[in-house]
Amino acid sequence: MLSGSLFLQLFIYLEPYTPNTMNAKYHHLTKPVPTPSSVLISEHQPPAKFKHYVIGFVSSLILTVSAYLITVNHAGNKWLLFIILAVLALTQFIVQLFFFLHVGREFPPRFKLMLTAFMILVVLILVGGSLWIMFNLNGRVMPSTRQMEKYMNSQDNL
Amino acid sequence: MSSLQVSNSALAKSRRQIEQSEKEGNALFGFWVYLMSDCVLFASLFATFVVLRNNTFGGPSGAQLFNLPYVLLETIVLLTSSFTNGLALLSAQRRKLQQTLVWLGVTFALGVTFLTLEISEFHKFALLGDSWHRSGFLSAYYTLVGTHGAHITIGLIWMAVMAVYIVKRGLNNPLVLKRIRMLSLFWHFLDVVWIFIFTIVYLFGALHA
Repeated sequence: MLSGSLFLQLFIYLEPYTPNTMNAKYHHLTKPVPTPSSVLISEHQPPAKFKHYVIGFVSSLILTVSAYLITVNHAGNKWLLFIILAVLALTQFIVQLFFFLHVGREFPPRFKLMLTAFMILVVLILVGGSLWIMFNLNGRVMPSTRQMEKYMNSQDNL
Repeated sequence: MSSLQVSNSALAKSRRQIEQSEKEGNALFGFWVYLMSDCVLFASLFATFVVLRNNTFGGPSGAQLFNLPYVLLETIVLLTSSFTNGLALLSAQRRKLQQTLVWLGVTFALGVTFLTLEISEFHKFALLGDSWHRSGFLSAYYTLVGTHGAHITIGLIWMAVMAVYIVKRGLNNPLVLKRIRMLSLFWHFLDVVWIFIFTIVYLFGALHA
């Protein structure tokens, strides 16, 4: 609430009634509204454009189909293929994040971007940590010591 | 004096608009926080799947089970629905009621197609005896893909309710636009999750053969 009113005051303070020197960033805020009942809808990011969705869609389509074709016609080093597929998936992730979800296109402060970066960190720790532990599990169960082996040998039923 | 009054009222108006749009921005950010915490749910299911992917217990592996062209079709259907959903949002922002409803309808139809493809795939597997009872791998598979499918189902219900809401209230209502934007975030998010399901479950599964 406090930061909200602060923002308001700052905004009003910074916004002179001289359209020529107006900060371009806020330009769409002060544009005349088309109808009296309509309200401003996107002030935290520039308005989405048709072009963005087309770019996002076409590049996602290309990335998906090429990942599919690479897998179907797989030949050569398997690990290389895994890496190529992972890179294609990550590229598509970033493309969709930017063109469909508009992450990183907002005006500063970019809270949405920060939250997304934090989410990626959490997911990396969660998935990476889990896999690290689980794949090392066999090597990390209690090793048999010499004493234990001696005891086991002394027991007929073990 | 009168010009001062006019500028005062203009100021009050722009002030109201800023307050309004700031509230809306907060709501959208709150929804984004929800989506990011949903990522944690999917991340733990992905980790579970990767750990259990080879535990087939004598049952089929991913490479034996999955039909890749079928999955590619599913993926393209979902991707296209994500795109048409974006077009619905653009039309709504331009206050084009009919166009919005048409694109939402197309998105809904594609979403239903995706869900039908997914459920019929599950059904086919289950008929062959490869249900979630079969192995650890299949339990993890059904949980991960099924959770995504449950999200899609909820998204479709939301979309149907949204269409009624748009018809009743029109597009000049800020609440309606805010909710359309939330729905579109949700739908695009599900498409983003599907990229990883497609790659990690299906493509990596096929390579593991």
